[in-house]
Amino acid sequence: MSTTVANTGTEVKTWGGGNEPLKASYGKMMMWFFIVSDALTFSAFLAAYGFSRFKFIDSWPIADEVFTHVPFLHGQEHPMIYVAFMTFVLIMSSVTMVLAVNAGHHLNKAKVTLYMFLTIIGGIIFVGSQAWEWATFIKGDFGAVQTKGGNILQFVDTDGNRVALRDFVVAGEGERVQHESKNGVWFVSEGTLPTYTMDEVMHGLENHDNILVRTQILDEHGHKTVLTRAESLKQLKANGTHVVEGANLHQNEYGAPLFADFFFFITGFHGFHVLSGVIINIIIFFNVVLGTYERRKNYEMVEKVGLYWHFVDLVWVFVFTFFYLV
Amino acid sequence: MAHAHKLEIFKGLVKFKSNTQKIWGVLILLTIVTAIEVVLGIYKPEPLMAHVLGMKALNWIFIILTLVKAYYITWDFMHMRDETKGLRRAVVWTAVFLILYLIFILLQEGGYVFRVYDEGFIKRDF
Repeated sequence: MSTTVANTGTEVKTWGGGNEPLKASYGKMMMWFFIVSDALTFSAFLAAYGFSRFKFIDSWPIADEVFTHVPFLHGQEHPMIYVAFMTFVLIMSSVTMVLAVNAGHHLNKAKVTLYMFLTIIGGIIFVGSQAWEWATFIKGDFGAVQTKGGNILQFVDTDGNRVALRDFVVAGEGERVQHESKNGVWFVSEGTLPTYTMDEVMHGLENHDNILVRTQILDEHGHKTVLTRAESLKQLKANGTHVVEGANLHQNEYGAPLFADFFFFITGFHGFHVLSGVIINIIIFFNVVLGTYERRKNYEMVEKVGLYWHFVDLVWVFVFTFFYLV
Repeated sequence: MAHAHKLEIFKGLVKFKSNTQKIWGVLILLTIVTAIEVVLGIYKPEPLMAHVLGMKALNWIFIILTLVKAYYITWDFMHMRDETKGLRRAVVWTAVFLILYLIFILLQEGGYVFRVYDEGFIKRDF
């Protein structure tokens, strides 16, 4: 370290230079600098999420009803379980990272290598889990109907359990095929058509007496309002415009479109951080294996990427709370 | 790089023999806190649904537990505990001040916009 500091010959004086009041190297200082600014970026996203949620405080989707899926357990509802697993994986990889830093202080190359490797594995598991979470969210589960005002109508049975469109709607012969630029107007294209048309949903609702419409409005107990049978039919007929399955940036079957937008944006930005963290960790891992820091007799580089990696974990702790818990 | 690590947490209530031990100790703490959050999140005990200071008591508990976790990640995993006071304050106070300011402004504004839609003459719910 000392070789990188130019001596001015005035070190005895306080303002002569060569003074390190914070006792941290340049690289570590800059990493903290970056972390503070990145923390502000993330808090801006989360605060914007809070803004939108307060704006739609009486109709915001309930996270427990959205994120209920666990891989390999089809058709079962386990809110929180999978995301708790993801949180634990990330905390665990933070632990192996700090163990790597600790081994670096003792110049123990073998241990640094092992712990860096485990950290990378943890990061990859986390990014993979997030990809799965995204895929499930985009695919959707129950399906819903959007109204003229952009609100979402969902379907429940008389006990209040969610009912999927496929359980009561029968798809007719598809007279309408998806428009593609190759078989129609070449400069116009449209997205995948929903499985059912509005008429088929209406027909399905009329034929099943036990199906009711659930709106997004939260009652005083924090549950979504369920309409009566007569109101359900009336609401669907008067205001329903089209079927929504899954989620994208324009609409989603879970409720307010902003909910999906923020989900994609915040977890996406965080996932991008994890991905770049994994890549940086891999670079540092190979440097460790090649003995770069061994020759330098200094593993501070591991400490610096460690700071970044812990920061990614720190952000996830907040995303976890504000997206899944609160 | 023979760093001197501070090896005690909870103001010296728990002391660890080595840095490695402290890391595992903090992991156990973080795991317990996360487990409490998950259990509360799944069962949502009825007494905690009462409103305190404009928000459900349960949500306050979640936020406080999150800050606890953030403290231990920063202090022990990011070694903030071993940095000088000046660096610690430069990082933490700056971030905390700016974030609180931002949250206050945006949540205030969000609540205001909600009331405009709720009590005003604009109809958007149909």
